[in-house]
Amino acid sequence: MATTTAGPTGIPVREEHHPQSFIRKYIFSTDHKIIGIQFLFTTLFFLLVGGLLAVMLRFQLGFPGEALPGGSMLPETMAPGGIILPEFYNSLVTMHGTFMVFFAIMPLLVGVYANYLIPMQIGTHDMAFPTLNMASYWLFLVSGLIMLASFWMVGGASGAGWTQYAPLSATPEASGVYNGQILWCISIAIFGFSSLLGSINYITTVINQRAPGMTWLRLPLVIWALFITAILGLLAVPVLTAAVIMLMFDQTIGTTFFLPTDGGQPLLWQHLFWFFGHPEVYILILPAMGFVSEIISNGSRKPVFGYKSMVFAIMAIAFLGFIVWGHHMFQSGMNPALGMSFMITTLIIAVPSAIKVFNWMATMWGGAIKFTTPMLFAVGFVMLFTIGGLSGIFMASTPVDIYIHDTYFIVAHIHYVLFGGSLFAIFGAIYYWFPKMFGRMINETAGKIHFALTFVLFNLVFFPMHGLGMEGMMRRIYDTSRYTHLAEVQDTNTMITWAALGLFASGLYFMLLFFWSLFRGKPAGVNPWDATTLEWSLPSPPKHGNWEEIPTVYHGPYEYSHPDVEKDWLLQNERPDVVSPAHEVTVRQGEA
Amino acid sequence: MDWSLPLNISTQGVQIDNLFWLIFWLTAIAFVLVEVGVLWFLWRYRAREGHRARYTHGHLGAEIVWTAVPALTMIFLGIYSGRIWAEIRSPDSFPEDALTIDVTAKQFEWNVTYPGADRELGNDDDFTIRNRLEFPANEPIVVRLHSEDVIHSFFIPELRVKQDAVPGMAIPIWFEATEAGEYQIACAELCGNGHYSMRASVIIHEPDAYERWYDEQTGAAQTAAAD
Repeated sequence: MATTTAGPTGIPVREEHHPQSFIRKYIFSTDHKIIGIQFLFTTLFFLLVGGLLAVMLRFQLGFPGEALPGGSMLPETMAPGGIILPEFYNSLVTMHGTFMVFFAIMPLLVGVYANYLIPMQIGTHDMAFPTLNMASYWLFLVSGLIMLASFWMVGGASGAGWTQYAPLSATPEASGVYNGQILWCISIAIFGFSSLLGSINYITTVINQRAPGMTWLRLPLVIWALFITAILGLLAVPVLTAAVIMLMFDQTIGTTFFLPTDGGQPLLWQHLFWFFGHPEVYILILPAMGFVSEIISNGSRKPVFGYKSMVFAIMAIAFLGFIVWGHHMFQSGMNPALGMSFMITTLIIAVPSAIKVFNWMATMWGGAIKFTTPMLFAVGFVMLFTIGGLSGIFMASTPVDIYIHDTYFIVAHIHYVLFGGSLFAIFGAIYYWFPKMFGRMINETAGKIHFALTFVLFNLVFFPMHGLGMEGMMRRIYDTSRYTHLAEVQDTNTMITWAALGLFASGLYFMLLFFWSLFRGKPAGVNPWDATTLEWSLPSPPKHGNWEEIPTVYHGPYEYSHPDVEKDWLLQNERPDVVSPAHEVTVRQGEA
Repeated sequence: MDWSLPLNISTQGVQIDNLFWLIFWLTAIAFVLVEVGVLWFLWRYRAREGHRARYTHGHLGAEIVWTAVPALTMIFLGIYSGRIWAEIRSPDSFPEDALTIDVTAKQFEWNVTYPGADRELGNDDDFTIRNRLEFPANEPIVVRLHSEDVIHSFFIPELRVKQDAVPGMAIPIWFEATEAGEYQIACAELCGNGHYSMRASVIIHEPDAYERWYDEQTGAAQTAAAD
């Protein structure tokens, strides 16, 4: 039965509760929750792919010239006798970055959680455009599979780095990669369309479909982060889509947009790529910051400290994020005067990030902190993102960047931000919303073991890379032994590789835990974390259409430990005077 | 690996290293403050029986302080870094009448072109040496970077010099070595399958030794041209 009722903003909203066929319900679904879960399974697979590629490239760096265990199964063109070839190494580096950025971290943050959370946290039945939403997922899946297929092309997958600097990426003769390189472009172009459809949907939904009482300044910070992220995606990703189509034309039909012959300019690619690429960095961190705000408030049983400044910090980061792209190009041959202005904007963007870190700390201050697994990952995020943020100051300073640019210092920095930052927040989010998604808990002890392993091994892998960068070890090199200044780095690289193997194993342990919990986890109640946002008033898992009746919102999103209420949380659709009248609380406190 | 920067042998490197360590100490303070703070709060404010979290939504004064302090620090670092950047890279900073050498990168080698006997680049008596850069210490050197195919990056760690070589552009950089020695140019930008071994030797001479080497070379170049 489908009925139409007036939505909170007067827009008719369809409520669908009729039984659906398996295919409509789970495969070609338009339900935002199912789409979010589809994204989750797909991106976990791509995360595994990206991790496997990382382990292989780490093996070469840790044990150069030795046969990769099981590597003899790889074709002669990649690893004859199991020994990784330089061209295959370049593909590994390129595809590790590509899979992690485009097919793991970004869709884990946005594809999974924007889809899953936006309609429930703002109190509506579904996305504004459910069919576009479905198209967004299927385009994403196709683009990811095309990227994966490029490994099977003659000449292998792209080896020009995830940043695809032209002319290397535009000249097959220079890279030795032919169809794999074209597939890279096709895949990313399709990915761009998928992302665009998602962004339009999230923005429209947040603007139009908030429940009665859900004013802008009562939105959960997750929604603020995802909303601003969607705007970044809307404005930045099409630039990449256009750029990769131009790059593909250079490769295939003889244009010279990025080639120095016939009026082209290699630096044009870098400007276009980073005009996308730097907002992309914030696409990859803002939603993570949203999760962390939510989880730290919940784990500390306290309202988020400085909610408004958190919102303004998100906006400031997003705005400044568009005018810092040149800091990737200080040594590119760009006019040094431009380097100066990009340095200033880059240093300024550190300020809103610092505000967020201090606000998270202040949220913990005076709290009653519960050490749940999501809370551990959120605190881990704060500790590791801080390191990534601080190491960013070194490379923001143009003179220091002369030395550390293109070294392992940068590799350490990006992994502290994207793994220690984004991925830790994603793990926190998975543990936190798993009960809502699947109606079951992930075992807390097992989750804490995962946290401890990941935290320790992550630091063993990535912290020493700062030191490698200080030694001057360049990124993306296959063999350090060719350089006199790198004579002392092999032991460290070998240690890092062992730790990386352990980190990968802890990832596999997480995957097993995840799938085991899907079937065997303890049943979760409606609100296992005693949380305050609207999704926690729905059954776990919620039904198609979420709400029988749209809820009314009475106050902000993080009313923990409200003095007028006995329990230490208050859902956004609960009124303090109805939940427990003030005089009763006074009496009970008097007794205690 | 010993958590230090390699020995510096350039005039610019002194400033770069000082700035590196200044940022190191500033970030170290912030690092200790945040990490110790987080761990302390975790312990101090752990959930305990009968203890309820403080109900507060923020404090304007505190937020202004932790906005202003990082902002002022960043502005200071920006101005300080900007001055050093200008001394190294602004067009005005380039020394006049310096020895100028053309370095042309291509997959996977560095070709170094020296001016011939007339000491001017760009005419017939220039001579080119593959994968070897020689120049005198205690004298500013200008290197003009070119590339024939893809982007490479000219990196000499001990001189604290790094600059991309971009096809279609001629990018000048300058530096001054403070002592003689033998080092390497490394390629720092992924440039294809042989990227990992794209290196060249750097030989820095004492000034008089350089003159002897140069005279030998120009003599040799003239002989070669005469043949």
